[in-house]
Amino acid sequence: MTTPALHIQGLQFAYPDGLQALAGVDLRIESGERVALLGPNGAGKTTLALHLNGIKEAAGGTITIGDLLLSEDNLSEIRRRVGLVFQDTDDQLFMPTVGEDVAFGPANLGLRGADLGARVDEALAAVTASELKSRPPHHLSGGERRRAALATVLAMRPDLLVLDEPSSGLDPAARRELLNLLRELAITQIIITHDLPLALELCERSVILDGGAVVADGPTVDILTDTRLLERHRLELPFGLDPAAVRDLIPRRA
Amino acid sequence: MGAGHAHALYVHEHTLLHHLAPEAKLAAAFLFVIAVALSPPQAIWAFVAFGTALLFLVRLARVRLRFVAGRLLVIVPFILFALFIPFIGSGEQTEVLGMSLSVEGLWSMWNIIAKASIGATISILLAATTEIPDIVRGMGRLKVPAVLVSIATFMIRYLEVIAGELGRMRVAMTARGYDPRWLWQAKPIAASAGALFIRSYERGERVYDAMLARGYTGAMPDLGHRHATGRDWAIAAALPAFGIVVALAAGVLT
Amino acid sequence: MHAPDGFLNAGTAVATGAVSLGVIGTAVRQSKATLKEKQVPLAGIVAAFVFAAQMFNFPVAAGTTGHLLGGALAAILLGPSVGAIVVSIVVVVQALAFADGGLTALGYNVLNMAIVTAFGGWALYRLFRRILPNTAAGVVAATGLAGGGSVILSSMAFSLEWLFGATAPIPFDTVLGAMVGVHLFIGIGEGVISGLAIGAILVARPDLVYGARDLDRAQMRDRTPIRARTLMISGILVALVLGTVVSQFAADSPDGLERVAADTGFAASAQDHTLDGFVFADYATSGIGNETLSLAIAGAAGVLITLLVGFGLFTAVRSQRPRRKQPSGA
Repeated sequence: MTTPALHIQGLQFAYPDGLQALAGVDLRIESGERVALLGPNGAGKTTLALHLNGIKEAAGGTITIGDLLLSEDNLSEIRRRVGLVFQDTDDQLFMPTVGEDVAFGPANLGLRGADLGARVDEALAAVTASELKSRPPHHLSGGERRRAALATVLAMRPDLLVLDEPSSGLDPAARRELLNLLRELAITQIIITHDLPLALELCERSVILDGGAVVADGPTVDILTDTRLLERHRLELPFGLDPAAVRDLIPRRA
Repeated sequence: MGAGHAHALYVHEHTLLHHLAPEAKLAAAFLFVIAVALSPPQAIWAFVAFGTALLFLVRLARVRLRFVAGRLLVIVPFILFALFIPFIGSGEQTEVLGMSLSVEGLWSMWNIIAKASIGATISILLAATTEIPDIVRGMGRLKVPAVLVSIATFMIRYLEVIAGELGRMRVAMTARGYDPRWLWQAKPIAASAGALFIRSYERGERVYDAMLARGYTGAMPDLGHRHATGRDWAIAAALPAFGIVVALAAGVLT
Repeated sequence: MHAPDGFLNAGTAVATGAVSLGVIGTAVRQSKATLKEKQVPLAGIVAAFVFAAQMFNFPVAAGTTGHLLGGALAAILLGPSVGAIVVSIVVVVQALAFADGGLTALGYNVLNMAIVTAFGGWALYRLFRRILPNTAAGVVAATGLAGGGSVILSSMAFSLEWLFGATAPIPFDTVLGAMVGVHLFIGIGEGVISGLAIGAILVARPDLVYGARDLDRAQMRDRTPIRARTLMISGILVALVLGTVVSQFAADSPDGLERVAADTGFAASAQDHTLDGFVFADYATSGIGNETLSLAIAGAAGVLITLLVGFGLFTAVRSQRPRRKQPSGA
């Protein structure tokens, strides 16, 4: 059995006011997979994401990234390995220009000078946003900001990419660009999303999180065709989407 | 005091002044204004010299005079006050156009008008040729404590975001018929300002999480911006050198 | 009040510059303990908030508007040191990047708009908190009075700087009268807005208010609302009293004051220019009957009266409601 990219066991977390946000999450993701994380609002999806790079500290359970067990001592390496793209890009693009934002991560890893410049250019090219390098983030469109935020994370060459609602607020063209981009990236991905067509198109496997625990885990098409399961967890197929009918159109991983 | 700040003064061009390192420009501007401020108002020729030098620089920076004049409106209230001084000032009086004016007051009026205009013009020129993030970075290179520079950097990143939110709140309130004319009707404004503060604060917490996620360990990393070279300092020194020579001559000759 | 270059003389610019540098330097060192890593982006965002808030206007009367300074509010939200730092950064960036305020005037602009308002406002806030009940309403009232007071303190500071560094032959007491007079009304606006804003923040996130961290849950829940009208009337009464006191100095012949001075043996003669030309700027003292008396009373009266009248008004208003057992302030 190869080392999984991510292995969560019995993860527990409660907020200061007592609300149990995660009540024993178990999840195992292999290298190269793209997994959609679905669930109603308040299920704990974002909270779970914030545990994966140690921003939130668990009350119980373990998280292993590759061969590294997450602990206080190895947070900087964990944060290099796990790239988290936040839901609100304004929270993530905090430098005066995009270029500086993209440089922030690798600079913290110790890159300087020409190496740093090269890494920034590499990350921006990967998301086709090279022309945004000297632009201030608040002058960019939603789609440009999403790509810039993705570049800030890719610049650290992560092993695992976690995206929180990446397609929300994007117009159809920007969404299509983002989708194509994510499909090209050969990095293990967890995509938190309400965008079920995106989950269907990009992710072979889906996990439903509700009430702080995993309640379903399997092939996306199977999950999306189980209407009663969807209903139980406040999910619903968009009008006109017939997963079974497009089963053969879904591109498979090589 | 107030509404004038909203619009950044930067004029996008590629001139010698634009490409000078910000710390050199800041130091030059400060030293020059100090020389101007120390010059005795009686040496009118000195101020003519200063003004000529500034006009030359304004042309060199390809900044339009109308733009400078427009931004100079900020000092108009103080100019108006200065114009009043000869009328209400005490001391030896002289007769001008049938009105009794204070001699001391006339010199004060000239002193304030000359120094305020020249000082404001060099400030406008500095802001027009230097992007705000560069100004802040220049401050840091001039030994302003790193924590202050960091705070200023975040401030300018989020200024437009927050100003925009404040503006949208006012629009929303106006759209629902809110038209306050008296102070006691200001409660909704203050309440929404309070709510915006909370949202801004919570954003600050999320930004910190995003910084942690990209490896932040307490100090802002060096992002590889160009430092001032000997050439930068030499070119920038021309203005304060000129200012000091003129100021000294004015002091000696008056 | 972003003064341009040349408004005050070089000596004053240097002296206030040194004071500002010293105070901010101390504040930075002192807040390194409190300004944990996490608070740097927070302070930046609050700075952006203060900057943005200064850009927008609130109604004062009959459609005219005023602008916030925000120093006292920043101090009460973040603590005096961090509050002063935040507003100083706003003032400095306004001068460097927006050409608002002269480069050589930074010394006194920072001193008046950031340091005096934040630290002075915080001092007033602490004083008022001692007098007012230990509840959320007390915090709101203290904030409002401190906010208004901070603006008046700021204008007094500028007037004192004029005394030392005037570049125009206008007497100190004229400037004091004019500055404080105008800023009394601006101060009322600042006080009301500050108080109401703190009230809104206390409802949702009381943990964000540094100045209210001493209140426990029960005290916080005591939400006797402060009506905007009450605050405003208190403010106007304070303004009126201060105005009559201050106008004594601005008047050309301060008979009442001189009589008091003669009776109490303070003044030797009507034209006592003992300090003339020594420290104070030329002509700045020419209109004053007795400088020592002027200065002493200007300083003391303002602060003392604000405290007394504010407290008096609040207890008068409170006694109209059913009495409540309150734990007395520290």
